[in-house]
Amino acid sequence: MEVFGVPLQALLGQLLLGLVNGSFYALLSLGLAVIFGLLNIINFSHGALYMMGAYAAWMMMEYLGLGYWWSLLVAPIAVGGVGVVIERLMLRRLYKLDHLYGLLLTFGIALIIEGVYRDQFGVSGQPYPVPSALRGATNLGFMILPNYRAWVVVASLVICLATWYVIERTRLGAYLRAGTENPRLVQAFGINVPRMVMLTYGFGVALAAIAGVLAAPIIQVNPLMGSNIIIVVFAVVVIGGMGSILGSIVTGLGLGLIEGLTRVFYAEASATVVFVIMAVVLLLRPAGLFGRER
Amino acid sequence: MADTPALELRGLQAWYGESHVLHGVDLTVHKGEVVTLLGRNGAGRTSTLRAILGLTGARAGSIKVDGAEVINASTHQIARLGVGYCPEERGIFASLSCEENLMLPPEVRSGGMTVEAIYAMFPNLRERRTSQGTRLSGGEQQMLAVARILRTGANLLLLDEISEGLAPVIVQALANMIRQLKALGYTVVMVEQNFRFAAPLADRLFVMEHGRVVEQFAAAELVAKMPLLHEYLGV
Repeated sequence: MEVFGVPLQALLGQLLLGLVNGSFYALLSLGLAVIFGLLNIINFSHGALYMMGAYAAWMMMEYLGLGYWWSLLVAPIAVGGVGVVIERLMLRRLYKLDHLYGLLLTFGIALIIEGVYRDQFGVSGQPYPVPSALRGATNLGFMILPNYRAWVVVASLVICLATWYVIERTRLGAYLRAGTENPRLVQAFGINVPRMVMLTYGFGVALAAIAGVLAAPIIQVNPLMGSNIIIVVFAVVVIGGMGSILGSIVTGLGLGLIEGLTRVFYAEASATVVFVIMAVVLLLRPAGLFGRER
Repeated sequence: MADTPALELRGLQAWYGESHVLHGVDLTVHKGEVVTLLGRNGAGRTSTLRAILGLTGARAGSIKVDGAEVINASTHQIARLGVGYCPEERGIFASLSCEENLMLPPEVRSGGMTVEAIYAMFPNLRERRTSQGTRLSGGEQQMLAVARILRTGANLLLLDEISEGLAPVIVQALANMIRQLKALGYTVVMVEQNFRFAAPLADRLFVMEHGRVVEQFAAAELVAKMPLLHEYLGV
């Protein structure tokens, strides 16, 4: 069976790959959106923290003999803790300044983290095995579905939707949304906003670390994996609308799929299609597809 | 009076960055009192309310809330002592529904009004509870801004220009609300431009000029003080 001259198997395979990539875009841009919303900081160290998540999984396996499921639990907490320290010691000093300062600081932090990891581990990739429970593939009849990839898509979706639910539908989320609009007034109601900001940054960073652990068995764990993906993720954020929660999830998955489709029909453009879309969106809707003008 | 004042300011100074806005405010408000700060625009009335909660820049002097010194406390700690603040710009959150706005401020003390009692006082808010906060009319937003601090148990209310820009019938409703609050034992500090609204409600009135309290008197002295007020306020 063929669709526009492309075998269905190949098309579905690329769509699945696109969905997997889109899951990572969604998780990473969601973290960026949460952070930007409350902190007004464009977190350029997000890619490096994602890489730290993957390395945390690899190191736990290599040095402690702890497997994937432990990593999925411990790595986000550990890397999120690093985020809390970064917020406490450095970012906190920048809130009253222009966005640009936060961007420059976090960019510098990213370079330092990557430099340390390159120095320690070199630039070659470290293999990380797929956990035994998720090895193999399932034959769906119309295509072969690798179990681990299906898991990545499902796990990301669950995490993204849970985050969306908490922010849009709960009382804690109401604090966050209100804090995004007017943090001083929220604090005047008796809420410890500085602590909320610190934990929010830690949470956004933990999302990046989760993405890193999920990615470890798919790509080679290496110090540059963060900078490879983060540029696309920033394009996703711009397209979705800076700070929009739902926008980052939908746009992340959608652009992953579009990339996959482009790979099938015009492979040469697959690496640039996201940026073409970004340019068009910026021209037509500068606040992004889901963004509000500030 | 032997009891601890609900609020006591001594030599309060405050700055916004380089600009020195309060130059030594002295003000004592007893429990259960309704007081009004009068003065021209820029006299420092709004800044006084903001400084009490640490919403200005640097502060100096003394601020005692229910006897506790808070000049060095952070904003949320001061609020937790039972201070409810209704800002001049109302501060209704656009990303929250009417009911989410109402439920937002956490309880700071026991004994706040129940949601039912609040809806009984402001029936409009019940009807509009699923509407986006900023889709409410000006009057409804003002009611919401006050209502949400009644739920928290805060017993010292700082109300900034709550009658501003509202239709007379709503202003009348707000005046009734202040009387009800007074009957319930709340302590209220109002900043008001609308003299006709504020004067009949207040137990005492304070006049501010150039970042200081320059005159204070009880409601009973109001008639005798009118010529002075004309001079200060140009009313």
